[in-house]
Amino acid sequence: MINNIRLIAANELRRLFKSPLAWVILAVVQFLIAIFFYLLLSQYMQPSSPASGLTDVVVSGMYQISGVVMLLVSPLLTMRLITEERRLGTIKLLISSPISITELVLGKYVGITIFYCLMLFMISLMPASLMIGTQLDLGQIASGLIGVLLLMSAFASIGLFISSLTSSPAIAAISTFGVLFLLWIINIAGTNASEGMAEVFAYMSLLKHYTSLLTGVFNSTDVLFYIIVSVFFIILSIWRLDAERTYG
Amino acid sequence: MESEILISVQELSRFYGQQKAIENVSFNVHRGEILGFLGPNGAGKSTTMQIICGVLAANQGSVSVAGHDIHEAPRLAKKHIGFLPEQPPLYNDLTVNEYLNYAAKLRGINKDGLTEAINLSKERCGLENVGSRLIQNLSKGYKQRVGIAQAIIHSPSVIILDEPTSGLDPIQIREIRELMRELGEDHSIILSTHILSEIQNLCDRVLIINQGHIVLDQPLDQLNNNSDKPDSIEIGLRNPPALESLLGIEGVASVESINDDTLRINFNPESNMIDAIVEKAVSDNWGLFKLNHGDTSLEATFMRLTHGDNEQLEKEDDAA
Repeated sequence: MINNIRLIAANELRRLFKSPLAWVILAVVQFLIAIFFYLLLSQYMQPSSPASGLTDVVVSGMYQISGVVMLLVSPLLTMRLITEERRLGTIKLLISSPISITELVLGKYVGITIFYCLMLFMISLMPASLMIGTQLDLGQIASGLIGVLLLMSAFASIGLFISSLTSSPAIAAISTFGVLFLLWIINIAGTNASEGMAEVFAYMSLLKHYTSLLTGVFNSTDVLFYIIVSVFFIILSIWRLDAERTYG
Repeated sequence: MESEILISVQELSRFYGQQKAIENVSFNVHRGEILGFLGPNGAGKSTTMQIICGVLAANQGSVSVAGHDIHEAPRLAKKHIGFLPEQPPLYNDLTVNEYLNYAAKLRGINKDGLTEAINLSKERCGLENVGSRLIQNLSKGYKQRVGIAQAIIHSPSVIILDEPTSGLDPIQIREIRELMRELGEDHSIILSTHILSEIQNLCDRVLIINQGHIVLDQPLDQLNNNSDKPDSIEIGLRNPPALESLLGIEGVASVESINDDTLRINFNPESNMIDAIVEKAVSDNWGLFKLNHGDTSLEATFMRLTHGDNEQLEKEDDAA
């Protein structure tokens, strides 16, 4: 089981890095976030800046922005997960091999999540460079990192599911973007609803649970929220691919 | 002497929505047997093959491969299957070696046997010189060979090939046929093709499927027995006479012209018509330059079983 998941994840990563897409995405994300990092840092260096700490302003601020950038970039990374296997016909190779669909889906998920971890590592080098000159609140950074990681894991599983629905990468990308964006801003959509509903909408927002983690509040319900979202969409993907053999 | 049954297909049916792809298909394949799968486009060949490999699920019926039910014990059954779909399942951005390495691991070959398996498979398919090339840069024939290589890499006891020789040049086709004959000695092979001569050269048994039903399941040598007495010939004449004068010869049942100088003559196999035609061609100076068997019996059977049905159905449709 583990071997097969590792095999598929490794192949996914290898093929990601064979295409220029992964490198370009890494470079662009790094560049954009570096700009924000610089802006946040120079804002903090202003004499008139508010009294809150360096970690709060610069590091958490950067991770906050990272979440938004990921939202834009993630659909491009997840769009080809299953769609391309279908287009190339390699899905038949995978399904006629002695591996289960669960292993296949988990392998894909693990592969793309490892890529996100790598991306996160590259981004985190920037705040880490601050440690040369000053002290950072490592607890808050850790909590923020977990937050971003969970957020990306949710992005990955939603993208994986949507890519299992179609055989066109473009459709997968735009739909994933739509769904992620909706889940991001759903708390705004709820502001006009009745008080009870507004709370429900706000609770469903991917953004809300992540902001509290960024401020260093480690609430287990927030963590659970992302884990449940990820598991839910992974299970949906497995069901979807399984049903395809019967109804496809 | 009956050898072990490696593939057993029982009363298989499969529907795409309302449309039925195959209905009540049953057959067995023994070890060491090469089964040729024939049928017009859309007859259900690919569907059947995909169900055997577990890529599609059947609505009814069961498939067992090497004694394991594909639905109940997919992991065990799939270990014994090598499958080449119609479109070879290749990752264009990998090299041949990387791809075969991945395919071998997917099929559950462990580290110790890996290099050996890849090399053997490459050698068998003539891929030794392209190992480090990207698949997307290979020609269609080479891609097809890589597809075959991944299907045999784990020496499965059951090999299923959907149109394996499409896109290959004649020399490659001959090499692949040799390979299949070699593999066919101790594996079971199912192959589908449009090329009738391929079945005749290669297969032990032929299975014709039309509109989702099996219409013929017969060992090839039985089919060939019927061809000792041909019932049609093709002749080429430089100065062909009027068709009516040919009809006058004893034993000729019907004549049709294929092109300007080639005719197809259907005749009663009991008569000496061929002698008569040749004599007449010489004496009347028709300029005979070609005399062939008309349809091979397989082709004739195929046309009768698949085309006849359509015409009959059309007639029924018209009547309704």
